[in-house]
Amino acid sequence: MRVMVFVKATEDSETGVIGAQHAEMFEAMGKYNEELVKAGIMLGGDGLRPSKDGKRVAFDGPTRTVIDGPFAETRELVAGYWLWEVKDMDEAVAWVKRCPNPMLGPSEIEIRPLYEVEDFGEALTPEAEEIHGRVRDQLEGR
Amino acid sequence: MAAAETHRAIEAVFRIERARLIAGLARMVRDVDRAEELAQDALIIALAEWPKTGVPNNPGAWLMAAAKRRAIDGIRRDRMRERKHEEIARDLDDERDASVETLEATMDDDIGDELLGLIFTACHPVISAEARAALTLRLIGGLTTDEIARAFLSAEPTIAQRIVRAKKTIGNAALAFEVPRERERAGRLASVLEVIYLIFNEGYAATAGEDLIRPSLCAEAQRLGRILAGLMPDESEVFGLLALMEIQASRLPARTGPDGALVSLTEQNRARWDQLLIRRGLTALARAEALGGANGPYALQAALAACHARARKADETDWARIAALYDRLREVMPSPVVDLNRAVAYSMAFGPEAGLKLVDELAEATALRNYAPLPAAKGDFLFRAGRLPEARTQFEAAAGLTRNARERAFLLARAAACSR
Repeated sequence: MRVMVFVKATEDSETGVIGAQHAEMFEAMGKYNEELVKAGIMLGGDGLRPSKDGKRVAFDGPTRTVIDGPFAETRELVAGYWLWEVKDMDEAVAWVKRCPNPMLGPSEIEIRPLYEVEDFGEALTPEAEEIHGRVRDQLEGR
Repeated sequence: MAAAETHRAIEAVFRIERARLIAGLARMVRDVDRAEELAQDALIIALAEWPKTGVPNNPGAWLMAAAKRRAIDGIRRDRMRERKHEEIARDLDDERDASVETLEATMDDDIGDELLGLIFTACHPVISAEARAALTLRLIGGLTTDEIARAFLSAEPTIAQRIVRAKKTIGNAALAFEVPRERERAGRLASVLEVIYLIFNEGYAATAGEDLIRPSLCAEAQRLGRILAGLMPDESEVFGLLALMEIQASRLPARTGPDGALVSLTEQNRARWDQLLIRRGLTALARAEALGGANGPYALQAALAACHARARKADETDWARIAALYDRLREVMPSPVVDLNRAVAYSMAFGPEAGLKLVDELAEATALRNYAPLPAAKGDFLFRAGRLPEARTQFEAAAGLTRNARERAFLLARAAACSR
């Protein structure tokens, strides 16, 4: 199964300032990433810039409102993610537990299983799938 | 946490550590069977201790230490049996310290190296390919004998015996549990890659409705391939094989219809192809090529698979490129099946006559004498060339050779279409 693993933001990560105080954590995280690769579970991942560099688009009926960052609810924001292929949630949890603390202070990591094509069943018609596939292709510039 | 939940959490930690644990222990005690037992002992100790103490910070090291203590106790017991008790009472402490030191020295090596050593040992060419696959799934993949038996559609005692014999062979041959160097390396790596691809293909051959353990072999093989790529980042064919598996696996959701029948590549709904796997496959292929391995047999097969993966619609397929890749593949991996596929690619790229020319050269090959795809392909070329009566004969011949009822019906329908 595939899981998306979210590293939640903190006040520190939201400043966007990266300095010497983070060196140790970066090194530990580098080693951890290497372990994930060697265990064959890592499919991808990246760190995200703070929400002040981001934007939101709010939907309400036909209106679309663009909201500039930063966003307030820091603990709900995502600061980074991995995509893993694991056998089950237990394995995902065991791997997350051995992650070095990704932040300087207290922090949180959230694990969310992905939907697989099978989960959609009848809800995904061939036409809808076709469009999904096309959109993905365009996104990937192929 | 409820006791059952704690149990599951501990077992998940153990699953992560198991292969490395066995790898380290096997090198230490020079006995895979004993290494497996010791690892299992360590799990039992952890299940007793961790609920009280919590999972230690470095569970791998903890488990290894526990297993090592067990190994040392075993050595002591053996010595006890060999000698008189009085002598032992005198020597034991010194000797034990010496054993511990030797053991610890073996443990200091790079852990990644040890896992790789175990993979190479389990895939040693002295063991038959089927036994290699079973042993690899057991030791590295952590599958039970029952799961492996179901996956390979075999009886459990057959697989159990196969594994026992393979372990014995490893012991008798006194294999070193090491990654072979220089001269031996290429051949031994080929043997490892062969096993992983065998496991993958076994899963790929599974049809809908079968025991789910069979299709999961694809995922097992992909994981093995990813592990190997992580451990051997400079071996181009490792990335070639990984690319091939990722791209082929990307089609798994599309290759069976609602009725469970296989859907051919050109008929598949490409929107169902797993784009993440395609992207991973293309990245791995690029890596294989960057490492100078563009002409490796796996890299070439991956490049072929990539041609299909890149085509958004079947009729956008770059058949000329596929034909050129087959020209190269038959140089490094000569086989009548490759030649037949090459003929198909030529027919698609340059017209049915080009395919006919190649397939006629092939008809002499004894290996393909009773191979239904040969007359089926020839029938298709003839049909497209407008030579309907000849095409009909070929389709009928192909229908007579295939054992698959669905395929036979398809070929007979094509034969009938020649009379219209």
